[in-house]
This record gives sequence, C-alpha cells and structure tokens, in this order.
Amino acid sequence: MLFGITPASWLQLALYMLVLTAVAVPLGLYMARVLSGERNLLTPILAPVEKLIYGACNVRPEQEMTWKDYATAVILFSLGGFILLFSLLLAQGSIPPNPQNLPGLTPDLAFNTAVSFVTNTNWQSYGGETTLSYFSQMAGLTVQNFVSAAVGIAVLTALIRGLSRHSSDRLATDKLGNFWVDMVRVNLYILLPLSLILAVLLASQGVIQTLEPYVVAKTLEGADQTIALGPVASQEAIKMLGTNGGGFFNTNSSHPFENPTPFSNFIEMISILIIPAALCFTFGRMIGDKRQGIAIFAAMTLVFVPMTIACIGLEQAGNPHLIAAGADAAGGNMEGKETRFGIANSAIWAAATTAASNGSVNSMHDSFTPLGGAIPMLLMKFGEVIYGGAGSGLYGMLIFVILTVFIAGLMVGRSPEYLGKKIGAFEIKMASIAVLFPSAPVLICTAAAVLTAPGQAGLYNPGPQGFSEALYAFTSAANNNGSAFAGLGANNPFYNSLLGLCMLFGRFFVLLPVLAIAGSLAAKKTVPASAGTLPTHTPLFVVVLIGTIVLVGVLTYAPALALGPVIEHLNMIKG
Amino acid sequence: MSLLKHIQPTLASLAFFTLLFGGAYPLATLAITQTAFHSQAEGSLIRNGNTVIGSSLIGQNFTQPQYLWGRLSATGPAPFNAGASSGSNYGVNNPALIEAATARREAMGVSGPVPVDLITASGSGLDPHISPAAADLQVPRIAQARGLSEAKVRSAIEASTEQPTLGLLGEPRVNVLQVNLRLDGKQK
Repeated sequence: MLFGITPASWLQLALYMLVLTAVAVPLGLYMARVLSGERNLLTPILAPVEKLIYGACNVRPEQEMTWKDYATAVILFSLGGFILLFSLLLAQGSIPPNPQNLPGLTPDLAFNTAVSFVTNTNWQSYGGETTLSYFSQMAGLTVQNFVSAAVGIAVLTALIRGLSRHSSDRLATDKLGNFWVDMVRVNLYILLPLSLILAVLLASQGVIQTLEPYVVAKTLEGADQTIALGPVASQEAIKMLGTNGGGFFNTNSSHPFENPTPFSNFIEMISILIIPAALCFTFGRMIGDKRQGIAIFAAMTLVFVPMTIACIGLEQAGNPHLIAAGADAAGGNMEGKETRFGIANSAIWAAATTAASNGSVNSMHDSFTPLGGAIPMLLMKFGEVIYGGAGSGLYGMLIFVILTVFIAGLMVGRSPEYLGKKIGAFEIKMASIAVLFPSAPVLICTAAAVLTAPGQAGLYNPGPQGFSEALYAFTSAANNNGSAFAGLGANNPFYNSLLGLCMLFGRFFVLLPVLAIAGSLAAKKTVPASAGTLPTHTPLFVVVLIGTIVLVGVLTYAPALALGPVIEHLNMIKG
Repeated sequence: MSLLKHIQPTLASLAFFTLLFGGAYPLATLAITQTAFHSQAEGSLIRNGNTVIGSSLIGQNFTQPQYLWGRLSATGPAPFNAGASSGSNYGVNNPALIEAATARREAMGVSGPVPVDLITASGSGLDPHISPAAADLQVPRIAQARGLSEAKVRSAIEASTEQPTLGLLGEPRVNVLQVNLRLDGKQK
C-alpha cells in the first residue's frame, strides 16, 4: 500500500502507461508519413478523395504558404467554422433530426459553445441531452471535434517544418507547407480511421448509436424514467481522440451510455493521450533525430506520472467528514465517482484529461478532495503541454523548449540554438507572449468573478471551493481544456461571454506566435552542431525543461492556488 | 490578395467536412453498430413484453425495502432521471454532502461503518452499480421484506456481480436493477 494506493491501482496505472507508450510509437511514425506526404497504408483509398477536395477548394497542393499566409488561412477557417456552428445552434429548433424538439440556444450560450468547439476547448455550458438536438450534435459539434483538432496538428506540422528545413535543402525558404493540404490529410488519414475503429469498439461495450427519440421506461417501483438516447458512439470516439472532451451528455464520460464498462473506460483513457503522446515520435522522425522526440515524451511522462500517483493517493485517502459520518475509510472519496471505475480509474482519468487539453470527465472534479482536485487544475496551469492538446500540446511544449534553451544559454553564456536554428530576440518575444498571455485572463477573470454580483451568483459550493470553481473555469477556458468544477453555474451571459473570450485568447495567442516563430525559423540557416552546442536530448536538458515549466506555472498561480484548494484542504482536515 | 484567395477553400472545405463528419461518418457508424451490436446501440433496453422497463446500463431509483438500493443520485427533479444526468458537485466541506450521507445511513438503519459508495452520489447520477459490500449489507432487510432466505437473496446478488475486466480493470460491482429483476422473477 505504497502512498496508501492499492496494488490493483498501481497495476492499472502501470498497464495504462505501458499500453499508451506501445501504441504511441507506431502511431507517431505513421503520422510522420502522413504529414510528410509519403505513401502509406491508406494512400490507395484516400488519394483520389484528396484530389477531389483540392479541386473543389481550388487548392494547388504543392503551393506552400508563408507563416502569415498560413495564419490567415487558420483564422479564416476558424471564423468560418464559428459562424456556421453559431448559426446552427441558434436555429436548431427547426432543423431535423431533433426528436425532442429542443429549441435554439440563447445567443450567449450559442456563442460560448461555438467558440468552445472551434478552439478545441469543448467547455460545457450546454447540458447535452437537455440542450442539443441530434443534428447539432452530429453536424455541429462532431464536425468541429474533427477539424479543430486537425487545425492544432496542422499548426504543429508547420512549426516542425520551420524547425527542420535546412539551408542546404531546396526547401530552404520561409514557407511552411499548405494549410489546406495539412487539414485534409490529418482529417482523412489520421482522425477519421481512428475514430471509426474506436466508435465501433465503444459500441460493442454498450455506447449507444441511434436516432430514435428518448424512451420512457416504467421502472420496477412504478415510476416513469426518461432515458435520453442519441448518436453517441460516433461523437464519443472523436471527442476522446481529438482532445475535445465536450460530452454528448451533461455528465460526459461518467454517463453509462458514453462509458459503460471498465474496458470502454480504458480505451477512452488511452484515446485521451494517444495522439498528443504519439506526436512526440512524429516530431522526432520528421526532424530526423528521434532522440529529440523521446526527450520531450520523457519530460511529459516525468511530470504526468508523479502527479497521477498523487491524485490517486489523495482520492484514496478520502474525506474525513464522510468517514466521521460513517463511511468505511477504505473506500476513498467516492462522491461524484462511478462504482465501475472506482478511485484509480477516476483519478487517472482526471490527470490524463487535464494533462491533455481533453477536458472530458468520468467523475465530478468539484467533489474531489481539495488537493486531489488541485492536481488537474495544476496540470492545466502548466499551459497544457504535458502531452497537451492534439498538436497544440507539442507546439506549446516546443515553446517551452525554446525558452529553456534561451535560459540555459544565458546561464552558460552561449547564444541559444535549437536543432541548429539560432534562437533570436524575435523568437523569445513570441515565446513569451505564448507563455504569459493566456495566464493573464485567468487571474483577471477569476478576480472579476468573485468581486461582482453576476460572478458570485454562479458559485455553487460555499467558501474557498466556490473560489476554486471560478479559478478552475477560467484556467480551463484559457488553456482550451474544457473540464470544470461543474457546480459552477456557467450558463448565463456573464460566464458564457467571459469564458468564450478566454478560450479565444488561449487559442490564438499561442497559435499565432507559434506560427510566427515557425516562419522566422524556417528562413534561418541551420548551423552544424559544435562542441559549444547545448544538447537538447539529454536527461539534464529534460530536467531543466521540466523545471522551466513547473516554475512558470507555480510562480504564476501559487497565490491563487493557496486561496482555493489549500485553504479548502486546511478546512477539511481541521475537522 | 492573400485574404481573398483563402475564402473559397474555407467555404468548400467546411462544406466538405460537414458532409463527411456531420453526415457520412455518424451514419456509417450507425449502420455498422446497428448491424453488429444492435441491442447495445439501442441502449441495452430491457423489455417486459412490449413495455420498456429500463436499461441494463442505467440505474433506477429504489426506496422500497424489498429492493436492493443503489447509489445516491443528484439528478433533478427526481433521482435517476436519465433525461438529465447530473452529479451533486458537492465539495468535501459542503454541509449538504454530509446531510445526504447521514440521511441515507439512517434510512438504511445500520450501525457501524458503511461502504462509502452507499452514502455518496455517483458522477452521472445514473450509476447502475454498487460495490459487493454495499449489496451484502442490505441482504437481511431484503430477505425480511420478501420473506425469503438470505441465501436466496445472496444468490441473486452473486448472479448479478461482475468482476474487474481481465481481473484487473475497474472494480467488482453489482448491477442493482438486475438483482431486483431477479428477485422479482423477471430475469433468470
């Protein structure tokens, strides 16, 4: 019972990490082939489809874009997606299939939800089965689940190109590839086949896929029980794989129709991290130095595993108030958790979903122990770079790598370089924007929430936990995670609009600086490594990188965390 | 002008992705799953004749003494409303959490520690399971209310108990609705 954690929990965590790594390596290499435009398993089937789309889009695939061009395409595509989704949600009352006759969303909720899905955040101000029609779920949310994840991977690909193009190449340009080609390839070759496989696997476990209206069951005690249904499996699959996390149902993956068995739970947990983890190996392969990808994967894993262990231990330790009220102490803190998952699978999920910017939940984080709930919050506060979002996790991490190279360079008095590219003032300015800008709205908006009447009205739990609900919400939005301390009453104009703005801030004030860095680096010469080059694949570098991430996260947020989870913890143990 | 040249691909690709991922993909999944896993895809519904009496994956509210009781449920307006799933979202120090736990414990009329899952609400509010220990605790009450032997009640519970997948994943658990269907003689 090391750290009070049961042997079964240790085994499940070990199996999880093992399977995750074993799947991530081959998937990463496959994705590298796809993103480099090499022939692969699916080329014979999909190449003709690709051609057709390029024709319809009037895109010449070999025509590459500068970073400004690439950024313009990203912004226009996101804007177009937002307008489309916003309109669908407003008008859903008159679009079939809508068997429950759910009305159109209010403008503030439609704004929040549309921004949320376009920015790959997938925050749930909406209530799922009580708010959204089958059409909105399929043609609205599912579509953005795919394409918003693909945008992240596309931008990452552009950054990798910026880092890897050598001056000796014929490709020594300031060009970063073609956004439309990257989008089409990521969606068709990566996300679609993986989602189809996962959807069918999940359906075998009991995840539903139907267009029938909700049924009313006559229960054994004679009551009427409405059972919400819908096309869940298709959405569930991409919701997990695309680090989206917005649930079909209000309670997300704790709902038995989204996540019925321990096996469905295991494959959903693997799906949370698999693409972000695999992209490390994609990166290594594409820059032609696998050690660099392994070093980054190691840094992520070395932060993730200890924090997961801490979360399991804290939840297993339980709530002293419940024990005083007569709960068996061995059971742990089961409020908000499902029996079939227990402590271990709820805590591993909580850590994984916030390490990645997934944001789905299989247990209610608001009911976690204060420090157990601080773990997911802290993982988001690290900037969603511990695996992180699809594409966005690794490009965020590479920003931290550039900062680390810079800091280490200052310490030893050498001009910083990464993968042979000199890191100059422009890159550091852009990296600073990407790291610091998303944290400002978190703190400002949390302060606004606790100081104003409409903000306070949304807080649900009394005392410091209410503060934590606001802090968690804005952390989640500005880091494009989407999970919540769900007691927060967020479906009102105050939270819907502020959270929506945080999501936009968190998405584009990282994405645009990343593209700017990519463009700047692409145009630079690659200098050969010398004795004075700081190696970036060594254990020493991994440690310094982790130190940088933790330092930035903790320095920014320590006071806020002290006011929320720490005081709540002290209140809990004082009895 | 670089802005204008991106407008056609934006519109055309959004249209294509909406047709593919909003139409073809969910409908293809529908066709495959309805064929291969029809009952699961429809919600694992349980019927008595033509009447749907529940889903094997969704818990029901049980308060009568002759039935096995499940987790607490925080859904509104009534517990186990599978049309509006919800957890309690109570923080550890919320007095309402302890009140709900204490009320449940008193309703069960047991002294001594009880399994924690019996006095806490699930995340979904629809948890179909309780732990074997939580089921075991209720055997005497059920046996007495039904005039059955405790062994008969235990065998219904055992028949509705699932072990961790491959002996490893998840927790041992008892499907509450299945136990009660067995006790009512509606399922073997």
